[in-house]
Amino acid sequence: MNGNWSWDTFSEAFPIVLEGIWITIGLTIACYLFALIFGFVWTFLRRVPFKPFNWVVTWVMEFIRSTPPLVQLFFIFYAWPMVPVVGMALDPFTSAVLGLGIHFSTYIGEVYRSGIDGVDKGQWEASTALNFSTRQKWMKIILPQAIPPTIPMLGNYLIIMFKEVPLASTIGVVGILHMANSYGAQHWAYLEPLTIVAILFLILSYPSAILIKKLEIKMNTRFDKKAVLNGSSKGAVS
Amino acid sequence: MITISAISEIFPVLMQGIKITITVLLASIVCGYLFAFIAGFCRLSNNVILRKFTGLYVEVFRGTSLIVQLFWLYYALPILFGFDLGSDFWAGVLAISLNYGAYMSEIVRGSILSVAKGQTEAATALNMSSFQRMRLVIFPQAVKMMLPEFGNYLIQMLKATSLVSLIGMTDILYYGDILRSSNLSQAPTVYLLVLVFYFILALPLIFLTRKMESISKKGVASE
Repeated sequence: MNGNWSWDTFSEAFPIVLEGIWITIGLTIACYLFALIFGFVWTFLRRVPFKPFNWVVTWVMEFIRSTPPLVQLFFIFYAWPMVPVVGMALDPFTSAVLGLGIHFSTYIGEVYRSGIDGVDKGQWEASTALNFSTRQKWMKIILPQAIPPTIPMLGNYLIIMFKEVPLASTIGVVGILHMANSYGAQHWAYLEPLTIVAILFLILSYPSAILIKKLEIKMNTRFDKKAVLNGSSKGAVS
Repeated sequence: MITISAISEIFPVLMQGIKITITVLLASIVCGYLFAFIAGFCRLSNNVILRKFTGLYVEVFRGTSLIVQLFWLYYALPILFGFDLGSDFWAGVLAISLNYGAYMSEIVRGSILSVAKGQTEAATALNMSSFQRMRLVIFPQAVKMMLPEFGNYLIQMLKATSLVSLIGMTDILYYGDILRSSNLSQAPTVYLLVLVFYFILALPLIFLTRKMESISKKGVASE
């Protein structure tokens, strides 16, 4: 049944495909950092106390979130240089960071928002009562409480993003999928290189998923304990 | 730059692809939910082999990325087993539905497990068979919990259908790429229109998701 599988091809293709791993990992990290930072922009844009503006931001986010990242990548790579005035040619790597980064920043923005909404109202009132400036309020009181509970969710998005990064091979970023496809085209052998790519993804993403699951359990117990100590009933029941 | 004449020129070309996009989407939704329920129930089965086997399926498809699975099904599977999936259509639909079926099976499993234990006990006390318990008591409550997440995955699947253009299917993005390669200066209008096409397709799904969320909240005591 598997007479077409060749270990020779496998061992020949393996080092070639593996060459792309650093680009894949590097792109994942670059996209992720971009999304983490840009996510804050969305969160704060949505907090601007002006209804029409708010409405526009919400729908722009919805638009980015519900259209395919692949088309967004193509837009940035092929169409952006043709846009008058602001347009410029970007190399594949930068295009991928922008395209995937912006796409996922809308998700990350929602995660931040849920974290901020989860901070008790009394915290805002108390920091106002203590005469904190807006900057101090955010940096010292709100964000330190809002962000840690969202860490497991943010970790999940890192894994999701890792699995979306091979889309960038379509615009010529030479990650593992691109290496496998070009090897396949050269030797007319797609089976082994594509299987190698699948295995590489599996061994990188599966342990990280388990790690994040553990982190989540740990965080849950930690924040539940805190809630109990504060005498707040929220989240204490489990 | 974006003129009415350019749009009226591009629009009908993109319309040619909409049929494929919608067909792939509908087929993927049907197969995806089917795989989700089958795999979800198999993971709750008492049979160890069945449980382990579906566990492997779920982990493999969740652990690798969709585009890799698509290429694997399209290029590698025919070489390995010497048979074709018949067409690129089935390669595309199978990749999308196996991938999202794996994700959604976890929702099926989680929802069934989170129905309160007392419900099972009460149904047993009423002398229901295990099938009746599942069909009349557990499942209706579990489905309600699944709805919001299922709605989100509808939009994810719509986004995923754009990948089938990479294996040569003539969907919206495929025609967009053809227009772009024939006239690069039109690219911004073309891709913007493609995005708008997808967004218009997504709108009913977005409202459906909201509807599903409100159904799922109904009749549940707030904390």
